[in-house]
Amino acid sequence: MHDDVVWAIINKRHCSHKVTTKTQQFCRNEYNLTGLCSRASCPLANSKYATIREENGIIYLYMKTAERVMFPAKQWEKVKLSRNFEKAIYQINENLLYWPAFIKAKCKQRFVKITQYLIRMRKLKLRRVKELVPIQRKIERRERRREEKALVAARIDNAIEKHLLERLKKGTYNDIYNFPQMAFDAALKAEEVSGDSESEREDEEEKEMEIEPELEKELEKVVEETDEFVEADSEMDSDEESDSGRKESADVDSDFESETSDIEDVAEKVTKKKPRVEIEYEIEPAVNISKRKIKH
Amino acid sequence: MARGKDRKKRKLEKKQEGDDIPKKIPHTLESLREKDETMLANQDTEEQEEAQKDIELDELSTYYENSYEPKVLITFSDNPHSKTRIFGKELTRIIPNSISRYRQRSSVKRIVQSGIREGITDVIIINENQKQPNGFLLIHLPDGPTAHFRLSSCKITPELRKDHKEITTHRPEVMLNNFSTRLGMTVGRMLGALFHYEPQFRGRRAVTFHNQRDYIFFRHHRYEFTKDGKRAKLCELGPRFTLKLISLQQGTFDSKHGDYEWIIAGRRHQLETSRRKFFL
Repeated sequence: MHDDVVWAIINKRHCSHKVTTKTQQFCRNEYNLTGLCSRASCPLANSKYATIREENGIIYLYMKTAERVMFPAKQWEKVKLSRNFEKAIYQINENLLYWPAFIKAKCKQRFVKITQYLIRMRKLKLRRVKELVPIQRKIERRERRREEKALVAARIDNAIEKHLLERLKKGTYNDIYNFPQMAFDAALKAEEVSGDSESEREDEEEKEMEIEPELEKELEKVVEETDEFVEADSEMDSDEESDSGRKESADVDSDFESETSDIEDVAEKVTKKKPRVEIEYEIEPAVNISKRKIKH
Repeated sequence: MARGKDRKKRKLEKKQEGDDIPKKIPHTLESLREKDETMLANQDTEEQEEAQKDIELDELSTYYENSYEPKVLITFSDNPHSKTRIFGKELTRIIPNSISRYRQRSSVKRIVQSGIREGITDVIIINENQKQPNGFLLIHLPDGPTAHFRLSSCKITPELRKDHKEITTHRPEVMLNNFSTRLGMTVGRMLGALFHYEPQFRGRRAVTFHNQRDYIFFRHHRYEFTKDGKRAKLCELGPRFTLKLISLQQGTFDSKHGDYEWIIAGRRHQLETSRRKFFL
């Protein structure tokens, strides 16, 4: 009878544990079994009531009977449940024998829920701890800008190319590539190192600079030679080129006198100095002449 | 107005003088860089020798003696999104003898332990934020240093409109540019130690770590020398990304008790004293 009075007050008037939402009414009382505000699950309006609570990882079964309601301090009987799930369920069954089926069922449900969240808590504790680090907006922005600038300053492609060519020169890719020109240069260098010392060579060069007008005839010869090369290039495939390269290198290999090699050196420099256009001019008349000859 | 006139005058003067005076080289951050004590170029021969010996004795020296083939494990943070996964996959294409695996929520320390057991020599963990890869943790096993990089401007091959099928299985050659200080050398050596010590030059694949102002730019190219051997043509292949060192730790990963060799503090004034100071 007493319970009905309490429930009438709670339901119709005010209850400090009650939370009303648009669709439902909830209960905030910590002894509530389901969390809902209803006649069956109200811990205040039921003199025979049981609930499950967890304190510091240990699960207790709380029970209250009509006899205890008079003594608020002793109102709840507290039973510690075993850690073993099956044993705990057995304990609940024993303690709640002849109790209303609603309370029994809800107690078991709540027990299952609590054991599961405890297991989850343990797992989370054992697992690695992640730390969230804030990204500072300004620093991030600064770094991004600097990165862009550094990228521009790096000129990566150039650097890579330089590096690769350096490796090629150093001979990292020993036999894979066959560049006639490179082989020629390398052979020349080797010749210089093994042959005459640098100072002598420089002297000779100076002399040659002095005698330049006298050398012109020779240079013309050289130019003719280059002409031949040019013709070969234009007419034939790259095989020809490589052939010519081999010839040159063979010349060097066969240890000619140092002077000849020097002349070759000079010839190279001269061809570099002289613009190509001139050489072409010289070709054309020659070709024309030959054609004319053929015509005649 | 007067100012404008002045400027014109100066220009004229410059023009008149112009030919005799050699052009001034403009200052750059590189040329104005604050000198670092550990830079090899700045040291005496004695110090250089000492540094050389130091390098020879570090944890990575065994790799540089070609005593083992590196085996690399690439993994991610939990639940990586597609871009990060593809990025990891592409890294496996670049780094020979590497595998990418999902993390399965295991901790870094456990990964390290199992890695040592499986004979893995390096572990890479790619972190992700907002579907973009943003962290790069490199651990050298069994007791090598641990480097944590900030990963940025990561572009995977589809984003570069390239096809991953162009990447051959040849072992690439590695280029480490501009790592000048002692710290830089360590970092460079760590990155270099990911790759097999014997590249297959026939594949003509080049992997570059280019350091500029502490940013390490990664590029992956296929190259071809021109016929005269005086130039090299480059064709970019794989992903590109940028690394920036955040911390270097002795030993394997340990965020609580780890011994940091070098760490950048978040704020500029704590470590970064000047814009012209570079650490790598």
